Amino acid sequence: METSILSVCYLIGSVSFIVGLKMLAHPDTARKGNLVSAAGMLIAIIATLVLSQSGGKHLHNYGYIAIGLAIGGIIGTVAARRVKMTAMPEMVSIFNGMGGLCASLIAVVEFGRLTEGYTVLHLLIIIAGVFIGSVSFAGSMVAYAKLSGKMKDVTFTGQHIFNFVVLGAVLILGGLLVGGCFATPVVVFYIVVALSLLYGVMFVLPIGGADMPVVISLLNSCTGIAAACAGFLYNNPVMLTGGILVGSAGAILTVLMCKAMNRSLKNVLIGSFGKSNGAAVPGKQGTYKEVSISDAAMLLAYAHKIIIVPGYGLAVAQAQHTCHELEKLLIDRGADVKYAIHPVAGRMPGHMNVLLAEADVSYDLLLEIDPSNEQFPTTDVVLVLGANDVVNPAAENDPASSIYGMKILEVWKAKMVIVNKRSMRPGYAGIENALFSEPNTSMLFGDAKEALQQLITEIKTL
Amino acid sequence: METVLNFIQNNLEMFYVVILSIFLGIEVISKVPSVLHTPLMSGANAIHGVIVIGAILVMGNAADDNYLAITLGMIAVIVGTLNVVGGFVVTDRMLEMFKSKKKPVIQKDNQPAK
Repeated sequence: METSILSVCYLIGSVSFIVGLKMLAHPDTARKGNLVSAAGMLIAIIATLVLSQSGGKHLHNYGYIAIGLAIGGIIGTVAARRVKMTAMPEMVSIFNGMGGLCASLIAVVEFGRLTEGYTVLHLLIIIAGVFIGSVSFAGSMVAYAKLSGKMKDVTFTGQHIFNFVVLGAVLILGGLLVGGCFATPVVVFYIVVALSLLYGVMFVLPIGGADMPVVISLLNSCTGIAAACAGFLYNNPVMLTGGILVGSAGAILTVLMCKAMNRSLKNVLIGSFGKSNGAAVPGKQGTYKEVSISDAAMLLAYAHKIIIVPGYGLAVAQAQHTCHELEKLLIDRGADVKYAIHPVAGRMPGHMNVLLAEADVSYDLLLEIDPSNEQFPTTDVVLVLGANDVVNPAAENDPASSIYGMKILEVWKAKMVIVNKRSMRPGYAGIENALFSEPNTSMLFGDAKEALQQLITEIKTL
Repeated sequence: METVLNFIQNNLEMFYVVILSIFLGIEVISKVPSVLHTPLMSGANAIHGVIVIGAILVMGNAADDNYLAITLGMIAVIVGTLNVVGGFVVTDRMLEMFKSKKKPVIQKDNQPAK
C-alpha cells in the first residue's frame, strides 16, 4: 500500500516536471510552471521521507535529515533572495555545482556500500555518477569564480594535451575499476574522484569570455545526467525522469546558444576563447571621438528612429529602469524606439530580456538579431549601452579575431552610433572593437546609469 | 554481452523512460523563446535538484555506526536542498519580473485604436 502511494507520488512529481518545463516555455505561464515543478518536487521529497522503505523498514536518521534540509533550505532561500539580478549567472552556477556535489557524494557513499553480488553495470553507473557529478561541481565552481571576477582565464602550453591525459586517465582507471582489475579498488576509486575534480577545474579554466553561458548550460546538463545516474542506482523514477529531462534540455539549450554565437561546441571547448590575441593590447586602438551629454541628448531628442543596444554594462550599472525612463521619454516625444537584443548579450542568454522585463519594458519593443539588422540602415541613432563584443565588426571582417563568425548586431549601418562605455577597455572577450573608430560612432564615457540620467535631464529641457 | 542484454531486459522500463525523456526534453525546450532562456536554465537547474532524494535515501538507509555515510549523506542533503530551494526561488524571482506584462499595453494608449 505505502509503496503504491509512493509510486503515485513519484508519478505526480515526474509529470509536474514535464508540465512545469512546458509552461516555462511561455511568458504567460512561466512563473506558474516554476511553481508546478516546485510543488511536484515537494510532493516527491515528502513522499520519500514518509513512505520510502528499504527491506521492509522505513528510513531512519530523520533528525539528521531534518537538520540537513533546514540548513540547505535556509541558506538557499537567503542566497537566492539576496542575490542581485546582475549576479544571477553566478548564482545559477553555484546551485548547479551543489547538485553536482550531491550526486558525487551519493556515488561515493554507494561505492563504500557495495557488497558482494553487485552487478558490473551497477558499478559502472556509480563511477559514471561520481565522474559527471565531480566534473560538474568543480567546473561550476570555476565558472562561478570567473563570472564574479575572482579568477582570470588560465592558459598554458600543452593545456589541451594535459586535459586530454587527465580525461584519459579517468576513463581508463574507471574502466579498469569496473572490470575489477584492482586488489584495492577503494584507493583507485578515490583517485578517480580526485582526477574527475581536477578535470572539472581544467576543463573550465581556459574557457573564458563570451563562452561562459555555454559552459554553464553544459554543466547544468551534466548535473542532470548525474542525477539520472543516481536515479538508475536507486531505481527511482522521479530522479531518473527529472535528471534525463534536464540532461537533454540542457544539451539542446547548449546547442541553441552555440548556434546563436555561430560557433560549434567543439570550438567552444577546445579553442580558448577569452585568450587575448595581439590586437587586444591597449593603446593600439584607433582614434575615436567623444560626444558630450548635451550633444548626445540633442541627437536623441530629434531622431525619429532610435534603437537601443543593451549589454552587460547596463546590467552592472543597474540602469535598466533609467533606460526604460529614457525610452518612454523619447516615445512620448514621438520617436520610434526599439531595443536590439543580442542572444548572448550580458553573461547569459536572455540576460538582457530578464533585465528589461524587470524594468517593465514592453515585449513588442524588443527586436531579435535578424529584425534588428534589417532595421539598422533606416535608423537615425543607435545607442549602445555597455555592449561591446556583440557589436564588434571584427566578427564579420577579421578572420584572425577570436569572435570571427559570431553573428552580431550591425549597428554601424545606422546614421549615428552613440556608444556608452565606462572606458576604452576591451570587452569581456578581451578584444579590440573597431566600431569605436568608425566615422559615425561617438563615444559617451561614463557609468550607464549616470549617463542615462543626465541624458533624461537634458532631453527634458529641450 | 549476455550481462548487457540481461541488464537491458531486466530494466526495460527504465530504458523506455530514459529514451522517451530525452526526446521529451528536446521537444519541450526547442520551443522556448530566447526571452526565457535564463529563467529556463535556472528552472531546469532546480529540477535536477531532485538528486536530493538520493541524498535522503543515503541518509535514511545508513547504519547508525556508519559515520562516513552519515557525514557525507548530511553534506549531500544540505547541498542538494540548496540546489532545489535556491534554484526555484531564483527562478521565481526572475519570472516575477515578467508578470507586469499588461502595463506596456496601457502605455501605448496614445496610439490610434484599431
